[in-house]
Amino acid sequence: MGKQTELTADKDNNALIQVQNLAKYFPVDDGRRRRVVAWVKAVDGISFAIQRGKTFGLVGESGCGKTTAGRTIIRLMEPTHGTVLFEGKDIHSLKGQELKAIRRDMQIIFQDPYSSLDPRVPIGKSISEGLQIHAIGTKRERRELVMEMLCKVGLEPYHAGRYPHQFSGGQRQRIGIARALALRPKFIVADEPVSALDVSVQSQVLNLLKDLQEEFDLTYLFIAHNMNVVEHVSDRVAVMYLGKIVELASREELFGRSLHPYTQALMSAIPIADPEVRRERIILSGDLPSALNPPCGCRFHTRCPIAVDHCSVEEPLLNEIEPEHHVACWLVN
Amino acid sequence: MTQTGSSDHTALQPLLQVKDLRTHFFTRDGVVQAVDGVDLTIQHNEIIGLVGESGCGKSVTALSIMRLLDHPGRIVSGEVTFDGTSILDLSEREMVDLRGSRISMIFQQPQSSLNPIFSVGEQIAEMFQIHQGMHKAAALDKAISLLCEVGIPDASTRAKSYPHQMSGGQAQRVMIAIALALNPELLIADEPTTALDVTVQAQILDLIRDLSRRINTAVLLITHELGVIAEMADRVAVMYAGRILETAHTKDLFAKSSHPYTQGLINSIPVLGKVEKRLNVIPGSVPNLVELPDGCRFAPRCQARREYDLEICNEQEPDLVLIGNGHKVRCWLHQSSEGRQVPLATDGGNES
Repeated sequence: MGKQTELTADKDNNALIQVQNLAKYFPVDDGRRRRVVAWVKAVDGISFAIQRGKTFGLVGESGCGKTTAGRTIIRLMEPTHGTVLFEGKDIHSLKGQELKAIRRDMQIIFQDPYSSLDPRVPIGKSISEGLQIHAIGTKRERRELVMEMLCKVGLEPYHAGRYPHQFSGGQRQRIGIARALALRPKFIVADEPVSALDVSVQSQVLNLLKDLQEEFDLTYLFIAHNMNVVEHVSDRVAVMYLGKIVELASREELFGRSLHPYTQALMSAIPIADPEVRRERIILSGDLPSALNPPCGCRFHTRCPIAVDHCSVEEPLLNEIEPEHHVACWLVN
Repeated sequence: MTQTGSSDHTALQPLLQVKDLRTHFFTRDGVVQAVDGVDLTIQHNEIIGLVGESGCGKSVTALSIMRLLDHPGRIVSGEVTFDGTSILDLSEREMVDLRGSRISMIFQQPQSSLNPIFSVGEQIAEMFQIHQGMHKAAALDKAISLLCEVGIPDASTRAKSYPHQMSGGQAQRVMIAIALALNPELLIADEPTTALDVTVQAQILDLIRDLSRRINTAVLLITHELGVIAEMADRVAVMYAGRILETAHTKDLFAKSSHPYTQGLINSIPVLGKVEKRLNVIPGSVPNLVELPDGCRFAPRCQARREYDLEICNEQEPDLVLIGNGHKVRCWLHQSSEGRQVPLATDGGNES
């Protein structure tokens, strides 16, 4: 039997980010008066740590809470409860100058490069906006830094004066990356950074993210729904389902020997680009239940191919089944 | 409801033949050559995959076959022959009869393809009422049994639901029920699973494959995902900038892809269980369809061209030539006309 790790999962001193029992609920009102009638538990108590210079992959289907988790972790949203430690500091208790200072260290890259850039602002200005807010350098130095950033992400300095609509999707994603990098952050949340891109461009952006990580010693939280992309970039991976982490392990462990039935189903559902490979597929029945009214007990039991009676009664905790391999399932121990 | 029209002369002629189809969009910025000389043959009962990146013309090819193009798009030239009749010569009235009953189509966004103000049952029943003159009550009964067939639980209650009450996966099931209601001979599925989650995608792909096999429907499956092609299609056509660059049996395409673009696409996908430090890339991005390069459309991004230092790629466009059993490729590396011997890409060991 593994020991319980609900709160202390992955506790480590070398961690840049420590997420502890983080939860984010959204209120649902009754439509007429502002009376809260229910809560959508988008993220419901997740814990993990991200090591300096590493990539932590957060994977799951739409609506599982991975984007909310990413945004709460860098305090674009306030959590309902739980803490996030950045270099040991609780970022949700910071105020004023301290908060502003820490925001420099945490940046985000969004999924949709079309809607995340202001269409009426030349991209050079979008990139330098953060520098301006944090009063870094003179106007001239800022301009030079923008040029340098553009070169780093594979664009040309003369692109700075152009507007977003003049770029392709892949180029816009590079602009989004340059904008995030301009402040020289330590930590970047990459929220589905390649899922809006064409296949041939995806690999370019993934390689770029890897190169930049080495050059600037970046730590990534990489959020995606695509298992093969996550495997390619991540050092550690957590699989989310309806606001909870169901499995958390190193990349080798998770992709080599996944233990949770949901992880196994996710992997077997990925179409493999090789017609010679024939696998035993686990096809889940039904859709993702609503986070407004999640199933009781284990949230996955309604779709689980191996669920037993007990699964619908009591919720399994995330247990360390093997060193550094955490699973939340009654049938795995 | 079985329609037996054409299955007798299966061997004689293909179900659908597209010859040199050109569909252009006449915009203010110039003529967009979205589809520019596409040839495509679909046999009875086969699943053919059409793969390519966004903007390569795969959806416009499908809409041209259905004759559903909107202004400013127009079919400029070419032939589309469906079961012996030329689709482009039909009147709009005849086309309406054909759509839904013999050729049907499903789209990427099931929620927005359904009518929000009618229940899904009514929308399925409509097929029987319009095409077969059935009465509403009988048509609704058939709709419910169809909902069962596409795997919607509690079908008689769900038939009364409206599209917004259904999840993406369920809405796509309803679309499939509508599309396959009258046992069409051809189903065009345009990115049917792109908007869905992976676990739901697997369900929908299985449903399309099983149902189409059972009612003998050929499928033109349009997707940008090679994984979907590998699992579903019998044959594949790879499209790029309005042209087909390579076509082959699915096995051959993955085992011995011959066009540098196809090779690049296959090699640039991260493979589960095979971690590499860097991914292979195709440099650059898809060309602007208004100002296409003179020679081969892929030449500006082609690494094989650079490696072999081929001048001709920038000057003249290669033809789609046969290089193996049903395997055709449009690339100068594989054309040896008039004594012009060009090295083959596959034996040079240059694939990374």
